[in-house]
This record gives sequence, C-alpha cells and structure tokens, in this order.
Amino acid sequence: MKLNPLNRGERTGTSSKLNRRAFIIEIRALVALAIIVIFFSFLSDKFLQYSNLVLMTRHVAMNAILAIGMLLVILNGGIDLSVGSIVGLSGVVAGYLMQGAPVPFTDQVAYPNIWAVLVISLIVGMFFGWLNGLLVAKLNIAPFIATLGMLYVARGFAKLITNGETFTKLSGKPELGNAGFLSTFAARPLGIPLPIWVMIVFAIVFSVILNRTAFGRWLYASGGNQRAAALTGVPITKVNVRIYVLSGFCAASVGVLFTADLQAAIPNMGEFSELNAIAAVVIGGTALSGGRGTIRGTLIGAFVIGFLVDGLVLIGVSVFWQETIKGAVIIIAVAVEEIQRILERRQKLKSAS
Amino acid sequence: MRSAAIEAINVSKNYGVTQALKSANFKAESGQVTALFGENGAGKSTLMKILAGIERPTSGEIKVFGEKVEIYSPIDAQSLGITIIHQELSLCPNLSVRDNIFMGRENSKLGFMNYTHEEEVTRRVLAQLEEVIDPETRVENLRLGLQQIVEIARALTINSKVLIMDEPTSALSSTEVAVLFKVILELKEKGVAIIYISHHLEEALEISDHAIVLRDGQVVAEADVADIDLEWVVSNMLGRTFKERAHKNSGRTKGRNILEIKNARILERGIATSKLYAVEDFSLTVKAGEIVSIYGLMGAGRTELMEALAGRDDFAHGELLLDGIDVKHLSVQNRIKAGMGLVPEDRQRDGLIQQMSVGSNLSLASYMSHIKRGLVNRSTEKTKIEEAIKNVRVKTSGRDMPIESLSGGNQQKVVLGRMLLTDPKILLLDEPTRGIDVGAKGEIFDLLRERAEQGLAILFVTSEISEAMNWSDRIVVMSRGHVVGIYKPSDVTREEIMSIAESTKEEGARV
Repeated sequence: MKLNPLNRGERTGTSSKLNRRAFIIEIRALVALAIIVIFFSFLSDKFLQYSNLVLMTRHVAMNAILAIGMLLVILNGGIDLSVGSIVGLSGVVAGYLMQGAPVPFTDQVAYPNIWAVLVISLIVGMFFGWLNGLLVAKLNIAPFIATLGMLYVARGFAKLITNGETFTKLSGKPELGNAGFLSTFAARPLGIPLPIWVMIVFAIVFSVILNRTAFGRWLYASGGNQRAAALTGVPITKVNVRIYVLSGFCAASVGVLFTADLQAAIPNMGEFSELNAIAAVVIGGTALSGGRGTIRGTLIGAFVIGFLVDGLVLIGVSVFWQETIKGAVIIIAVAVEEIQRILERRQKLKSAS
Repeated sequence: MRSAAIEAINVSKNYGVTQALKSANFKAESGQVTALFGENGAGKSTLMKILAGIERPTSGEIKVFGEKVEIYSPIDAQSLGITIIHQELSLCPNLSVRDNIFMGRENSKLGFMNYTHEEEVTRRVLAQLEEVIDPETRVENLRLGLQQIVEIARALTINSKVLIMDEPTSALSSTEVAVLFKVILELKEKGVAIIYISHHLEEALEISDHAIVLRDGQVVAEADVADIDLEWVVSNMLGRTFKERAHKNSGRTKGRNILEIKNARILERGIATSKLYAVEDFSLTVKAGEIVSIYGLMGAGRTELMEALAGRDDFAHGELLLDGIDVKHLSVQNRIKAGMGLVPEDRQRDGLIQQMSVGSNLSLASYMSHIKRGLVNRSTEKTKIEEAIKNVRVKTSGRDMPIESLSGGNQQKVVLGRMLLTDPKILLLDEPTRGIDVGAKGEIFDLLRERAEQGLAILFVTSEISEAMNWSDRIVVMSRGHVVGIYKPSDVTREEIMSIAESTKEEGARV
C-alpha cells in the first residue's frame, strides 16, 4: 500500500485514508517513544543498558497486558475502571490458595496445585469482568459507573480475603503437591522475565482475534456504530459482555504475575493501574468514542508511559514531578491529534472558498 | 424595484463529490409566501440550511434586503432576522414548553430569569395558534403534533423578517393546519417573507403566492401561483411531462408466500405520545418475486413496522412467518440468517460504520460465511466484496476507501449490497432513496427489480407516491398505524392515494 502523508488532501489510487490516518497516529506515538529513548540515553548511561531495558520492559509488560484488555473495552466505546482492583483480587486469591484453603464444612485444608491456582485466579477475574459486562450490556448501566462500582467491590473482596494483611508464604511444599508457584510464574525463560513473554503472546493472540475473527469485526462494528451494527445482525450484547470478560482475564493474568513477581499477595496491588492502562490505549491512537484502535498502537503507548516513568526515576527526578510530567505527556499526545484535525479543517475551508 | 427580503445568487454546495446545489438562484419577497418545491434530494433543505446559517455555501452570495451578507451561524441568521422552523424538531424534550420557546433568548435581569414575562409571551403565542397547552408542560409529554406547534410557536415569538418553514405540517391535523394558515396570512400582512416547503403539494399551492421548483440542485422553474396548477409543479419536479409511466410488470412471475404478517400490533416506542400502539392489526403477504410498497405520512407507523419485522422491536401481538417458518422470536442476526434483512431509513445513524472501509461495510452482515475454524478467509471475503461492488454498481476507487468518501447514493448502494450479500429471501427497505440524487434512485430501483425477477421478495417504505406508483406491484397505504388500503398502481391515481393516506388523520388526532 502506498502511503503519502504529504498529499493528505487528495486520494490516490487504492491508498486508504483510513489506514493512513491510523498510521500517522501510530507514527506519532513512535516518534514520542524515540524522543524519550534518545533524551534519557543522553542523560543517563544506564538507560540503554540491556539489564535496564529488560527491567523497564517488564514494567511495561504488566501495563501492556492490562492495556490490551482495556483496548477491547474502549474499542466498543466503554471503559473498565475495575481492572486495577481485579489485579489485586486475583493476586490475593492466588496467594490465599497457595497458603491452603480450608474446605467448607470439614476441618481439612486444600492445597490445589499451581495450575489449579492459576485457573481459579483467572476465573475469578473473568467472573468480575462478566459481572461488569452484564451490568453494562443487559442493564444498560453506563460503563463508567458500573466499573467504578466494581472497582470498590473487587478491592473490598481482596481486603476481606486477606483481612488487610499480606500473604507471603507462596512457595508451597512438594509434599503438599503445590510447589513451584514462584519458580513458574516468576520464571525467566531465555533470561527474559515471564511478563514480557506473556505480553508478546497476548499481543499476537489478540491481534489475531481483532483482525481475523468474527468477534473482532463485530467489536469494531459495534464500537463504530452500535445501532447500525445491531440492525446488520451483529450480536452487540454478546460482544459487550465478552469484552469485559476478556478485560477481567487480562487483569487476572497480571494479578498472578504480579504476585509471583513481588513474592507476596498484597490486597492493594494494582491500585490506579487502570489509569495507566487507559493512558497507554489513548496514547496509542485509540478513540475513546470507539471503533478505532490497534494492539500495535496500544503497545507503543504502553512503552511511552513505561519508559518515560522509569527514565524519570533513573535520572532522579522527584516523584511529584514524575506525575506532573506523565500527565502532561498524556494530554499533549491527545491534544496534538485534535490540533492537527483543526488545522486540516481550516485548510479545507481555505481551499474551498 | 424594491429588493427582495432574501436572495441567493448562484449558490452552490458540494458535499464531497456530491453537488447538492448547482448555482441556484432564489429569492423571497416581503409579504409573500414563496413555496419551494422539489423531490427528496433536490436540494431544498440544503438551500434553506444555507439561508439559516447552518451550512456554508461552497460558492455564491446571499443578499438580505439588497445587501450582501455572510451568514456563518444560526446566530448570525437570527440577527439578520432570519428564522427557520426545522423539519426535524429541534426541541429539548426534558424542558418545559416555555423554556423551549425561549431557549437561547432567555429573558433575564442581572442573571435572574424573568419567568412571568416568558410565560405571558408563551401563553399569548399559543393562544394565537389556538392551542391550550400549559407553558410549564414538559415537551416530552406532548404528542408529536403539539411538539411541532411548539416549534412553530418559538419561531413566532421571534420578530423575524424572513421565516423559513421546512415541512411545518408533517405531524399536524387538518384543523391545526388551518390555524397555521391563518397565522401565516397574519404574518404576511405584517410584511414577513415566508418560505414554505411541504410534501403536500396542494396544501403548499393553497397558501403560497409564488412557486419555485428545484431539481437536482438547480432552479428549474419559477412562477406566480395564480398562473400554475398542480400538474405544472409535478412535471417540473420530475423533469418530464407528468404521465404515469406504464407499469412494467412483465417477466416477473410471483411464487410462493415468502412473508406473512398476520394481525401485527407493535408498541409505540417513544413516551412523547399517549398512543399505545404504533401499528395495529397489520396483515400482509408478500410473494416471491413481488415488490410491495408501503406509503404513508410521517407518524403512520411505517418505520416501526419495518424495525419490528427486522427484529429490533417485538410484536406485541400477531404472527410473522418467513417462508412458512415462524420467525417472531428470532434475533436480528437469526432473521438475517433465515433470509430477511432491513436496509434502514437513516443510513448515517442505522446503516454505516463510519470508521470502516467500503469493503468492511459491505461484508459485515455476511461476515460469518467467511469464517472457517474461527478465522476469517480473507480471499473469499475479498472476492465477495469485489462482486458486490460490481453488482450493485458502487462507484469507488477501491474497497479499502473510507465509506465517507462515497456520495449518498453510493453509500446507500453499500448498505443495500450488504444485505444482498446475505442471500435474502425478502429484502425490507425503509425509504431506500432518501437524500440521494435522481440518477442513483433509478439505479437502485432497477437493481431491486432485477433481483425481484430472480425471485426476491421486496417490501419497501416510501413517502414519494411516484416511487410507489412506478416500481411496486401493490401499494399498501398506512395512516396512524392502520392499513387504510391496498391497491394495484394501475387501479388508482396519485391523488386518491394522497387523500386516503390523510383520511383518518382527523379522527386519529389525540392529545
């Protein structure tokens, strides 16, 4: 496909304006990322060291996995504020099961093996996502409100389970058949931390889902124009429920990885991480109104946020400034697009008159 | 000679590649009613939107009382004394009648509202329109006709020099129309220039002094009403001497019953009316290869019927058989699978996915047929899309082009082609030619006829009698949710259909 961003006004051959627009936004995010990398590598020798890059990418990966789930929800014009709490809840559920779960009505304690722990934690996350989906799709509650409520509910459950404490006995015992939680979920295959692998796998799998399956096409259609999609036979309710389940699944995955990474299940884990996920999605060029956005853009967005924050830490900028700068970058990233739109419109008006 | 109250000189307007207006010249004199005629898509509304500051012309100039003006916004238009009564109601349903009438012109002192004055004015203007409505009533609690009255009342409280009325009577009863005409005469005497647009041609001729006809974005005829008759208007609108085109019914054999609707009753969706049912006791059978049209005025229940047939709304009562199978409880998706899909009335709102390409829009309804083991087969999808682009004659430079780059007519063909790709047994179309140019209209109906010859059953809704007369085998006339007649085009005249469609209006009018 021929791309000629310089000739924006005219349509040439088969080159698609749609793809071009998305491409320009992604290019912009990439440029931002390049600026961040160059800027910090000048200020700190450490920034581009392999070990530091791996460390930063591991941070990016956690946010990116959440952001992939968030992307699905935002593509449909929704928002999921509960993912941070689901991270905490799923992590705590994993920790609780590793400590040994008392079986109701008996005085026995069950020690599920680590794969059962993983599956149950994921199911808990998907269940809360499913509740979000029901509230939004069946009861027509605004996504912002439904998931805001779930943010508190899930976090509350996490704290109830741990009674506000932290679970630290996660290593399990071979004689109980539940050993290997930490060595498996905090593993480093080929020297690269597991979250990075999970990010890569999720990115590929969800790209295929978005681009090659009926669900993916339905999601873009329903996010673009829900009424039209419904009349065309798209099962919009099913799509709407499914995205929240998938978002819950992504959050629960992060919960388990996070717990293994910290070697502790902390009920406050993942607080405010929904906001970082939203930021990554938005910087990646996804429209909050739905219907437009890609996994690739979202990954770039996650890298922009992650590298920026870690870079600021590395060069010793105060925590308060870190937040201020992060916020400014988010606003600028989106404002640039709008400014460009206004300029284009002005030019069009000028050429029309 | 004194100059016209408002004058448009060589005004053109392009929407993308579509030319809605081609150097149109138009003027309206003070103290006169100027009727503007034209088929849907002829450019009437575009011209009025330009005069009211809602749209900017691509080229040309506008003069108000002989002075060249630039109208950038509705506020500019208002300060020049131009007011418009919109075809689509522009009221806030959550606010009271009074608040709606003074919206944007709130009467306040030091920031505090002067409700007494506003209420007094509201009462006075409603009395002028001979309606008893409490100014405090919320607009959402009024029936459609009364909402239209409020819209008119708002325009009357503004002392305008030019008053544009775009389809002001579409939801009014004949008594209400008579009152409106009385008010128009009073305004005329005060020297207001009135521009009047209506689909009811006779009604428009009755009230107006001067007639201007638009066709394909150009002014094609202009005359004093005293010198012309209905036939003059119609033949100029259509661009040929008006003679009912011979009904082409050859080569089409009608097969088995495809769609059977028995005693359908559909609940009214909005709360703006006390009417319980939008459609009552509707029965109809459509055979394979048959083209049936439904004609009726706004509020007749046509759109509600079509959406319930497509599966978006439920039948409150009645039966629905598709090719002998009960489909009453199927979802939209399953009805499409069973062979019945809707091409909706408002393609921007209910038809197109603006963010998607031409190709993706085309394949959306039939996308499942390209899925093998969970993944899409892109090459069969591509083949089908290319086929559809050719078959429905979409003019586009490629399937990857954004849907916005197409003209209205071509967008409509995409929505139509999308449903044809699902291999339907019956195609439902709600106003299939709304807002598209005459050439594309013909193409769309030619396409439908072609498909009907291959055995497709077609049911379409129209508010243009000529479409119903020229393209359908049977015409179902609806009024206020009821079927008031089913005719063969050869057995009936346009005038008869028009009067039948309005017949039960009076008794149906309820507060």
